[in-house]
Amino acid sequence: MTPAQTSERGASGRRALSARTVFAGPGLLYITVFMTLPLLLILTYTFFTRGRFGGVVWDFTLDNYGRAFEPVYLKVFGTSMLIAGITTVLALLLGYPTAYAITRLSPKWRTVALVLVVLPFWTNFLIRTYAWIILLNSEGPLNRALLDLGIIGAPLGLLYTPGAVIVGLLYAYLPLVVLPVYASIERVDRQLLEAARNLGAGRARTFLDVTLPLTLPGVMIGAIFVFVPSMGNFVVPELLGGGKTVMVGNLIRDQFLEARDWPFGSVIALFVVGLLVALFALQAAIARRINGKKVARV
Amino acid sequence: MSRVGWLRVPLTVTYVFLYLPIAVLVVMSFNASKTPFTWTGFSTQWYGELASNALIREGFINTMIVAVSATVLATALGTLLAIGIARYFRSAIVEAYSLAPAIIPDLALAIGLLALFSLVGVTLSLFSVLLSHVVFGMAFVAAVVIARLGQTDASLEEASRDLGAGAVTTFFRITLPSLAPAIIAGALLVFTLSLDEFVIAFFTDGPTTPTLPIVIYSMVRFGVTPEINALAALLLLVSFTIVLSAQRITRLTDSV
Repeated sequence: MTPAQTSERGASGRRALSARTVFAGPGLLYITVFMTLPLLLILTYTFFTRGRFGGVVWDFTLDNYGRAFEPVYLKVFGTSMLIAGITTVLALLLGYPTAYAITRLSPKWRTVALVLVVLPFWTNFLIRTYAWIILLNSEGPLNRALLDLGIIGAPLGLLYTPGAVIVGLLYAYLPLVVLPVYASIERVDRQLLEAARNLGAGRARTFLDVTLPLTLPGVMIGAIFVFVPSMGNFVVPELLGGGKTVMVGNLIRDQFLEARDWPFGSVIALFVVGLLVALFALQAAIARRINGKKVARV
Repeated sequence: MSRVGWLRVPLTVTYVFLYLPIAVLVVMSFNASKTPFTWTGFSTQWYGELASNALIREGFINTMIVAVSATVLATALGTLLAIGIARYFRSAIVEAYSLAPAIIPDLALAIGLLALFSLVGVTLSLFSVLLSHVVFGMAFVAAVVIARLGQTDASLEEASRDLGAGAVTTFFRITLPSLAPAIIAGALLVFTLSLDEFVIAFFTDGPTTPTLPIVIYSMVRFGVTPEINALAALLLLVSFTIVLSAQRITRLTDSV
């Protein structure tokens, strides 16, 4: 009998309880102190007045929320949404067919292909961003190649543009789209595809009516993994956008480290965390509906 | 490969996109030129200059202190947590809570930790970076070990208990050895994550003890020198080696 099976009963129940505490207790306590508490602190700070050198003065106020609607900040939200949105669409347009192609490889090559997709993600993020500074520089290899081939007459100003920010974000988060999409395509019941084909649906029709809807939960996970971190990224806009493209991440960073307005910075950070939670809830609801339908149909 | 057909196009585009910048960086690290962007000839001089750069050396030492300690702590806590969840709790909510530090936006966690440290009066130093790195490192270890626990069944542990072995003996003689590959892989991942982590360190580190990523950040921001190319190439090599070893030890892709 496993401890869980006996957990309702007297002595062994206490044994399971203490085993739980011994194993999971320290870790759960650690996460509570160093993740949950910090996030609750951020939530609390949003309701109080800024201190002079960072921190807060404990005077209750709702002004911090009001400030988020000032035109200058609404513009930052708009820019961030647009740039993160374009990045997400590009990541899906490239990531989905890539994931699909990987599911069609032989098992041995599938592993190699997946490892090659994940590998860059585990390397230093600053260095990956820096590589694009070299690549896109006006004296860099890309301009050099285009000049030598006679395609352009003068170096293009590729770096320090919104386009460079999008490329940098796409580069950072593309692996995070391929993995969940791959997992969801892999899970699609091949019999459903065969059934669709046997009933006369063409390749395109089968894909659009069967594969795509069934993989939507994976697509949404991938989209969330690109969209939310893109909004909160301050390094790429700074290094590849030259500080000209201000995103939500830059705003949070500046409020905490330069303007020293922690309560207002907390409001914006809360927005990013809230967005993440809301999108995951939406994804879970949609995934439940799709899975429910699939079961009903089969 | 024939089943791949036209899908070879996005596949190729993805891999070229992912690896071209890395290839360019590595090539440029052997560039003789003083400007890091234009190729003039082959040289390994920048690798030599790395060792004599005091800032980089100091950053490297700071990073190693944090990464090694974070690996030890996060691996111990994360392994215990994984066993607790997979063998005793079996609750999806507790599991999600344990893995949350890996998914929470790093910037939100960073400012939250800064707020916590300043409220409680913890002076920002390598120690506060360490405390911060353990929280997400632990989640990654837990994820890898939980995946492994899902593949092994609990009957061996039960048999050991039924035959009279105590909880401690069972843990050290049965549970731990069967989890060893996952624990080692998890430890390797925490080490690379901590080694490369910038955002949280940037907010929770003290001004006198910059970690290597913080040194790189200020170098890239205020004047790029060719030494960065050499340093970057070396760090890429380290990360690649560690992650590929972790992948070999356990089929990493199965758990990601």
